[in-house]
Amino acid sequence: MSTLILNKLELWRSRVDYQGAILGLICAVVTLLLLIGQQKTYEPIQLALAEDRKAVLSQVLPSEYYDNDPLHDIVTLTDENFSSKPIIVYMAKKQQQVNAVVFQIDTEGYGGTITLMIALNTSGEILGLRTLSHKETPGLADKIETDKSDWITVFNGESLQKTPGGDWAVKKDGGKFDQFTGATITPRAIVNGVVSGLEFYARNTEQLLQQQNTSAVEEVSSNE
Amino acid sequence: MSDGGCSACPSANGEPVSSYKDYFTFGIWENNIALVQLLGLCPVMAVTTSATNGLGMGIATTAVLIISSVIISLMRHAIPADVRNPIMIAVIAGTVTLVDLAMNAWMHELYKVLGLFIALIVTNCAILGRTEAFAMKQNPLAALMDGIGMGLGFTWALVVLGGAREILGSGTLFSHASSLLGPHFDWLEITIVEVDSGVLLAILPPGGFIVLGVMIALKRVIDERLSEPKNTEPEELVAIQT
Repeated sequence: MSTLILNKLELWRSRVDYQGAILGLICAVVTLLLLIGQQKTYEPIQLALAEDRKAVLSQVLPSEYYDNDPLHDIVTLTDENFSSKPIIVYMAKKQQQVNAVVFQIDTEGYGGTITLMIALNTSGEILGLRTLSHKETPGLADKIETDKSDWITVFNGESLQKTPGGDWAVKKDGGKFDQFTGATITPRAIVNGVVSGLEFYARNTEQLLQQQNTSAVEEVSSNE
Repeated sequence: MSDGGCSACPSANGEPVSSYKDYFTFGIWENNIALVQLLGLCPVMAVTTSATNGLGMGIATTAVLIISSVIISLMRHAIPADVRNPIMIAVIAGTVTLVDLAMNAWMHELYKVLGLFIALIVTNCAILGRTEAFAMKQNPLAALMDGIGMGLGFTWALVVLGGAREILGSGTLFSHASSLLGPHFDWLEITIVEVDSGVLLAILPPGGFIVLGVMIALKRVIDERLSEPKNTEPEELVAIQT
């Protein structure tokens, strides 16, 4: 850098108009770079997130249960007792027959909302359960992640029929599910969430299976 | 982030730093961000519940520290002293956001592990501290060496802190390292004591402060041992006060 420019900059640096201009210029450049960055990364990020959802789906739902694309075969329900928001149910079908349903459960943990994904077969038995996101204490209550512990797999095969109502609680509360050391609130939240999910399915079984049949019929008729 | 707090601590030791190698070792030990400058403690306490988390936070911080130090150093003649802080914040926050977006898009697996740490870097006063105290006054090569040294110093302190808390709290070391570094590194994952429940306090935030306090004390003891033959008392006191 030549000394001439350095001397000029030396003079300018104390001037308010230069200060304002350089601050504005740098903010504008940073904003521009962020805009370009956001644009360039938007599609790859969306693709990666879709991959994530697919990966979670394949974790909760064995692939032999479906031959359709459940992520695009959805039914939206409202059930005030389960969630204030509309519930998206992914339908897993084999040869046009509903074989399993997959949906999300929100439950209140210690640090905030825990989002679970659950897969049930048509008789309401749990095929798989995974934690999608949570804000529980790292190192303490994050054993609900499958990376950290296989605790959450104890729910596999459970159903409202198999386990009576009173046993749907952590051991500390007189139920059958283990809490983990130092954390009771998190497992309790998961158990409650799972029960509410199972009850949601029990209330809406008819509607879900029937709705699917009618839409299948509609599809057939529209094809004709 | 008052600049009194940030600018006062680094390079105030009055030690003459001459070569690029010195910039590097200065950050690793004498002026360690976490142990001496005590900067960036909020992300430090939040994530160092395991050695692996400490390593992840350290790597992400080092990357951002190097990039923003070099950028600021390149622009140092154009930046007026009166508006330097908003400019630095814009550059650092922009860098962090771009790194965050790029990793999310093209290194998604790594992002799922490190993503949490990257967002936390914006709250790390150490980066503003280094650009303010060092990169603004030095050439890009010196800023690069300082960034690497400070970053690695921060990283080892976080790994030791996380490791100590992990051993006390859950009896393991480097658990889940393979999800951060890839499956080749699963040999790092060691179970030191089979415990049902460790010292819960170590994992909770107060435990972080206690372990960090012990580490700082140990560093002081080592420094004292090393300087015993030549150094005298008053100089030690000055160093502690700065």
